[in-house]
Amino acid sequence: MSKMEIRLAGTGGQGLITGTIILAEAGIFENKFVAQSQSYGPEARGGMCKGEVIVSDEKIGFTKVTRPTFVMALSQQSFNQYCKDLAEDCFVLVDETIEVPEDYDHKNFMKLPILATAREKVGKMQTVNIVSVGAINEILKFSSYENIKKAVLMHVPKGTEELNLKALEEGAKLAK
Amino acid sequence: MKNVKLMQGNQACVEGALAAGCRFYAGYPITPSTEIAEGCAARLPQVGGRFIQMEDEIASCAAAIGASAAGVKAMTATSGPGFSLKQENLGYACLTEIPFVLVDVQRAGPSTGLPTSPSQGDVMQARWGTHGDHPVIALSPSTVEECYTLCVRAFNLSEKYRTPVIFLMDEIVGHLRESIQIPEEGSLEIVNRTMPKDLNAPAYECEPGSLIPSFAPFGHGQRYNVTGLIHAKDGFPTNSTEIAHNQVKRLMAKIDENLDDILSWEEKDTEDADVLLVCYGGTARSAYSAMEDLQKEGIKVGLFRPITIWPFPAKRLEELSRKVKKVVVAEHNNGQILLEVERVVKNNCKIDFIGKVNGTVITPDEIANVVKEG
Repeated sequence: MSKMEIRLAGTGGQGLITGTIILAEAGIFENKFVAQSQSYGPEARGGMCKGEVIVSDEKIGFTKVTRPTFVMALSQQSFNQYCKDLAEDCFVLVDETIEVPEDYDHKNFMKLPILATAREKVGKMQTVNIVSVGAINEILKFSSYENIKKAVLMHVPKGTEELNLKALEEGAKLAK
Repeated sequence: MKNVKLMQGNQACVEGALAAGCRFYAGYPITPSTEIAEGCAARLPQVGGRFIQMEDEIASCAAAIGASAAGVKAMTATSGPGFSLKQENLGYACLTEIPFVLVDVQRAGPSTGLPTSPSQGDVMQARWGTHGDHPVIALSPSTVEECYTLCVRAFNLSEKYRTPVIFLMDEIVGHLRESIQIPEEGSLEIVNRTMPKDLNAPAYECEPGSLIPSFAPFGHGQRYNVTGLIHAKDGFPTNSTEIAHNQVKRLMAKIDENLDDILSWEEKDTEDADVLLVCYGGTARSAYSAMEDLQKEGIKVGLFRPITIWPFPAKRLEELSRKVKKVVVAEHNNGQILLEVERVVKNNCKIDFIGKVNGTVITPDEIANVVKEG
């Protein structure tokens, strides 16, 4: 791995910004350089929302994602906006509820029941970001399970540790 | 790597302030600086400091100055709209020579503008926002680590020169999270205010050879008046033309005659550059990546990054501009540092400009394209 540019997009409230912060934290544990940023604003409360993280072996200059190597979309609107015109090797992960047009021809593409897993298997919709992180780490293999676990525990509220670790595990299982 | 943490720029500013010895914060929260108020509210009580949320920006600036007058290192933070409001008290601190650090995390303006979008539109406001001739030191960080270390330097310069220092951040670095190696305690230079040798001496009297008075904080036994009017050495107002002349000239000279100590900048690959990028703050991040891309194509491009925006590192830029074919200025405003670059570079070389005011970040490609235009 030399440089990964990761973008998580969805709806405000899904915790995707926290998701990118956790990935950045895990990146540091893996001795990488990281840069995490987000779209801030009114859209962060129910509208479209995105978080970005760059993970690199080298010092990072420009801190925004320009050539994504991984994009996840958890809402239709974010899929429509961020999942086209991507480089061939960019990995696209979307929730199974996303309606993908028939002519969508991006090859490096995966659909997973992320929202349903958080809602049904973990039993709490708020864990959707941690389910996502589990799946993403499994797909990208950029952090050891120990380190990603440590990163998750640093950024979830007290009393929800067990629930979130279950979410992480379910996410990882999804992508296996 | 030891003690490496993931931290947001605003949070690093708070930690830097604490490391510098800041023990008082007064503010009125405003995006994109709010995390500084939040951080100070959480952290200051842990180290025996005080946090006050005031009724507005004017009062919070006054409170910071008041705390500093009593000898406590103080800070306030805001963004463009609040920076406008703090200007009155900023000038007051310049003339009364009370140190404090004023953080401005710039966002797109004018007026309340685009609250969550990056901008560097307050560069000239930092220089000339408050009325009258006055000294200004403004520092601009480009990385989260620099939000920490440069904030320490802001306090040091403020205490040393007894003048407010503007920490001119922007949304790009303020809201960026990246890894930062927290400097070990004791590894950074910390400057504390000097005390007068004689508490009976007039407060605003400077030691021979010095342009900076050494008056004691309030409550330490030295009797003096503090006023925003031109004042004599005891601090009381005067209409004396001679004192007015000497006071304003000295205030300017304490910065202008210490440029070697105050100025700082970064140079990258300037030795044999054909094109010189001039960028500061968050925009420098775009420049680093543009340089990397351009150098891969064999284009000789260097970077000059003013870290002290004010005073501007004019002499070095002038020297460099004699050696290059052109200078490219990129900033998130309509051409504010550009004016300074034009003043310095004159006809030494061509100057190209990228100025973005739509609330999005200048990309490395945008810079690279202008460099290649010839």
